[in-house]
Amino acid sequence: MTVIVDLNLCQSHGQCVYAAPEVFAFDEEENLTYQPEPPESQHDRVRAAVAACPVRAILVSEP
Amino acid sequence: MSPLRRVVVVGASLAGLRAAEALRRHGHAGELVLVGDEPHLPYDRPPLTKQFLNDGWRPEQIALPIAPGLDITWRLGVPASGLDVADHAVRLADGSLLHYDGVVLATGARARPWPGHLTPAGVHTIRGLDDAAAVAEALSRTRRLLIVGAGFLGGEVAAAARALGVAVTLVEPQELPLLAPTGPHVGRFVAALHRANGVDLHLGSRVQGFTSNGRDELTGAELTDGTHVEADLAVLALGATPNIEWLAGSGLVTDRGLVCDEHCQPLRDDRLPAPDAVAAGDVTQWPHPLAGNELISPGHWSNSVEQATAAAQTLLKPGTAPAYRPVPSFWSDLYGTRIRSVGLPHLADSSEVVDHDPAAHRLIVAYHRNGALVGALTANHTSQLVPYRAEIQRHLDSRPSRTRLVHD
Ligand SMILES: Cc1cc2nc3c(=O)[nH]c(=O)nc-3n(C[C@H](O)[C@H](O)[C@H](O)COP(=O)(O)OP(=O)(O)OC[C@H]3O[C@@H](n4cnc5c(N)ncnc54)[C@H](O)[C@@H]3O)c2cc1C
Ligand code: SF4
Repeated sequence: MTVIVDLNLCQSHGQCVYAAPEVFAFDEEENLTYQPEPPESQHDRVRAAVAACPVRAILVSEP
Repeated sequence: MSPLRRVVVVGASLAGLRAAEALRRHGHAGELVLVGDEPHLPYDRPPLTKQFLNDGWRPEQIALPIAPGLDITWRLGVPASGLDVADHAVRLADGSLLHYDGVVLATGARARPWPGHLTPAGVHTIRGLDDAAAVAEALSRTRRLLIVGAGFLGGEVAAAARALGVAVTLVEPQELPLLAPTGPHVGRFVAALHRANGVDLHLGSRVQGFTSNGRDELTGAELTDGTHVEADLAVLALGATPNIEWLAGSGLVTDRGLVCDEHCQPLRDDRLPAPDAVAAGDVTQWPHPLAGNELISPGHWSNSVEQATAAAQTLLKPGTAPAYRPVPSFWSDLYGTRIRSVGLPHLADSSEVVDHDPAAHRLIVAYHRNGALVGALTANHTSQLVPYRAEIQRHLDSRPSRTRLVHD
């Protein structure tokens, strides 16, 4: 699974950070950071993050 | 695979669509009918008081994506007019009857209208796409906008209008904006934001009546503080009222919403859950442990999404889904300041400012009830919400789950 967040769309709603805190986080400047290739154990949480993002900024591709 | 042949979802908006998606994801292979009184396919409401007003967004930009393969039978432009729980049927206003094996009630809420008399032309509310389109169009011509109610919606309309250079008067009966939902610290912060952006803010004041010209067009309003405000456009932001009238006679309990248990099941008069029925979104009220199991109705985007998913699971496999007790979260954008909250700040009996940087428009407020954390709100500081949310989650997890709202 690869994750891309469109940071132009992202408005720091934080929903992804709540849904998958090990994959998504905020840095000191309030910018979103994330793991582009999360481990298998996180995939369900990442899918929950995709559904929770109010601006649909998270794109996931699964082989 | 689920044995339900036909599921009818009433209300074709955020909660209804997300419930439909979750039903398919969790194995519903039968017929799936979505009934909606609006002529539009589902769309997202939050942008209606934001980008739709001041960034020229088009309706296509707020369409909610409909996953391919959902295989939905749409019944749009026709309201449901009745529900027969015993007979498992939804009545539509065009006279047709839709029998169901499962039903999702997701009729949301509407803008509270002006109490009493008719209002002159130029007085609007905003709940739907057509309302917002009318206001967006009027904003391009107006000279002076009056907004009644300085809650989140009213505040966002003010911010959008200021971004367009429109003169704005904002009238709020309370002593501060957002006092009931977020308390005095946030109220003062938001009042300062409005004033810094040139809004003529009237607090502790009400609109006594609108004034109009001979063509019944709005010219202004008389306020209880004695001011006469000139305006050729007004937006009423008086809150929302749930769409429950169509359920009259169904035997379902309504209060300030459709009363549900912790499993998203609406309750009948005998206080037992109605069979094969669930509900989600702004129409609902349900007991939440953060509120000491009093009924809550957050009326927020994230709740509609999460509750719709939980409701779909209960409908397909009653009794297996965990109790629905989310940590609610909410956002609002005001003049580029990002206001975000978790938990239920309105429940608090005390609130404290943890950090405030007026120059950077940054704020952190923590909310407690009986000494326990029930919420937190930040402005331009979303990262700081994460630990608060985790603490509220721990607090919720430590509460025993009440499996059913069984009544005495
Ligand atoms: C202008 C605006 C801005 C918002 N901004 C934010 C924000 O910034 N952040 C946030 O968290 N939340 C925000 N919200 C709240 C969020 O949009 C709602 O929580 C969400 O729309 C609720 O979804 P719902 O599907 O439950 O109800 P609704 O979206 O109200 O949809 C219910 C649907 O059912 C239809 N319906 C009603 N009665 C019937 C009937 N009898 N038969 C058939 N159909 C019927 C309605 O017409 C409507 O289409 C905003 C809401 C509005 C209006
Ligand atoms: S949920 Fe979406 S908007 Fe919010 S921080 Fe994550 S990616 Fe950004």
